[in-house]
Amino acid sequence: MSEIVSLRETYGKTLAELGRENPDIVVLDADLSKSTMTHFFASEFPGRFFDCGIAEQNMVGIAAGLAASGKTPFASTFAVFVPGRCFDQVRMSVAQPGFNVKLVVTHGGISVGEDGTSHQSIEDLALIGALPGFTVIVPADAVETDRAVRAAASCCGPFYIRLGRPKLPLVFGEDYHFRLGKAATMKPGQDVTIIAIGIMVSAALEAAEKLGHQGIDCRVLNMSTLKPIDEEAIIKAARETGAIVTAEEHLEHGGLGSEVAQVTAKHQPVPLEFVAIKDTYARSGKDGELLKKYGLTADGIEAAVRSVMARKK
Amino acid sequence: MIGEAGSGHPGGSLSAVEIVTDLYFRVLRHKPLDPCWPERDRFILSKGHAAPLLYAALAECGYFPVEELLTLRKLESRLQGHTDCRLIPGVEMTAGALGQGLSFAVGVALAGRLDSMDYRVYVLLGDGECDEGQVWEAAMAAAHFKVDNLVAIVDNNGLQLDGWNRDIMNLAPFAEKWRAFGWHTVSVDGHDLARLDAAFEQVRSVKGQPSVIIARTVKGKGVSFMENQVDFHGKAPNAAEVAMALKELE
Ligand SMILES: Cc1ncc(C[n+]2csc(CCOP(=O)(O)OP(=O)(O)O)c2C)c(N)n1
Ligand SMILES: [Mg+2]
Repeated sequence: MSEIVSLRETYGKTLAELGRENPDIVVLDADLSKSTMTHFFASEFPGRFFDCGIAEQNMVGIAAGLAASGKTPFASTFAVFVPGRCFDQVRMSVAQPGFNVKLVVTHGGISVGEDGTSHQSIEDLALIGALPGFTVIVPADAVETDRAVRAAASCCGPFYIRLGRPKLPLVFGEDYHFRLGKAATMKPGQDVTIIAIGIMVSAALEAAEKLGHQGIDCRVLNMSTLKPIDEEAIIKAARETGAIVTAEEHLEHGGLGSEVAQVTAKHQPVPLEFVAIKDTYARSGKDGELLKKYGLTADGIEAAVRSVMARKK
Repeated sequence: MIGEAGSGHPGGSLSAVEIVTDLYFRVLRHKPLDPCWPERDRFILSKGHAAPLLYAALAECGYFPVEELLTLRKLESRLQGHTDCRLIPGVEMTAGALGQGLSFAVGVALAGRLDSMDYRVYVLLGDGECDEGQVWEAAMAAAHFKVDNLVAIVDNNGLQLDGWNRDIMNLAPFAEKWRAFGWHTVSVDGHDLARLDAAFEQVRSVKGQPSVIIARTVKGKGVSFMENQVDFHGKAPNAAEVAMALKELE
């Protein structure tokens, strides 16, 4: 089993490193810096850190003003609050003018756990994904988190990076070369493709291994850049493997599954199955228990692979 | 402009004519031929529906040709119904959804301080706009961060879209609210250029806190049939009304 590392802590530390390299990086938080881990930056650069209090709309607006004035603001809170609490601010103050604001949110999905429904962000990718000009990234582990945050700092334009609360097993080595907008092939395969994001990538690898023992050769793609999505990799997977399963910690509607469905429908229709939350809200529980209850596990992916294979011509 | 466009917001544009005129012709440090000049003072129009007023001021200053004003709201024109900062030189912020400009202005003011620049940031709000909670989040933050290079101006015309402020959502006691939020607060007659000038001058020396100028105004000012008429908040005058209005304004 690979090492288990916190994505949030990596974010906080990478941000502090970036702060040393680039004086224009400023950080905002909304009274959650101990959870989002922006406190690493705050303690090193107090003059460039703005805790906006529990006022997410204002935080996003201030970030926009800083970006308009040449700064590279990173604004963090929980994924439920950005975009949930301030969608119109993200839309008009950031997306429409195309300002260089980096929204890095934590506690995405249901793996936030015991805090329950109000704290579980399962609609955020649909909301942010709808905004023209946004780049949306859901890293699969700590290494990719570091690379994604660095990519956001060096590219101009609005970014949304969604991290989860739990520590996750590393799926990448230190030599990983992250390419923005490109899917990473985690495992080659010919019979079916599993396209996963975030916490579901390691589950996809686990499922692929099990299925491999039973003679099903799965390709696994990590689609960490959800927007702009790597259409080429999806079309290639559809053409070469003839069936696709998507896996994400988000509602079935409006996230990775919808994107993949749109791309395949247009270019290369193939049977699809979606491992995602089905039009419902989850509840309190331990992260592992919740993921199991809602089918966001290797077993859930395995079952989806079987049913998509049955539909494959 | 609004008559030609056939739609728009004349009332809230007319109420702030003197405020915007004073800013662009006497208060702001700016270079119309160099709209991105880093040292420029910033003017942020938070009540984006007064876009025609800002466009007129920018054109008069030479940011773009005055003839272009008549393209307001037309397809392919840069002059969008509400301001879009990507399209027109001199427009600092995209606006239209009320309540967002003050937060943006706080960010611009903080950036100026971080960069040790001495530019000042001016932001114009509507009084109805102050119903929005975000305005007060930003007001609290500006005082907390002690941004003293920030001046908010409220076009206090007493009217919003559905009627008088006091009937829709009472703002009183308005000046006291700003004071309680930690702002240096000045009230003036918003149609008196000399008094506005004096207010802008006075707040220049305020240190350690943001300033707000509450400008008492009349919605639709200068056009008798528009003054204090809620119906002219968001309705364009017809051709006959345009002719009458222009005559009165001469
Ligand atoms: C968030 C938001 N809600 C509603 C509107 C619709 N709207 C446009 S102008 C206006 C009234 C604004 O009143 P006020 O701020 O007093 O402006 P003024 O009187 O100066 O025109 C409303 C409700 C809007 N633009 N934004
Ligand atoms: Mg008003």
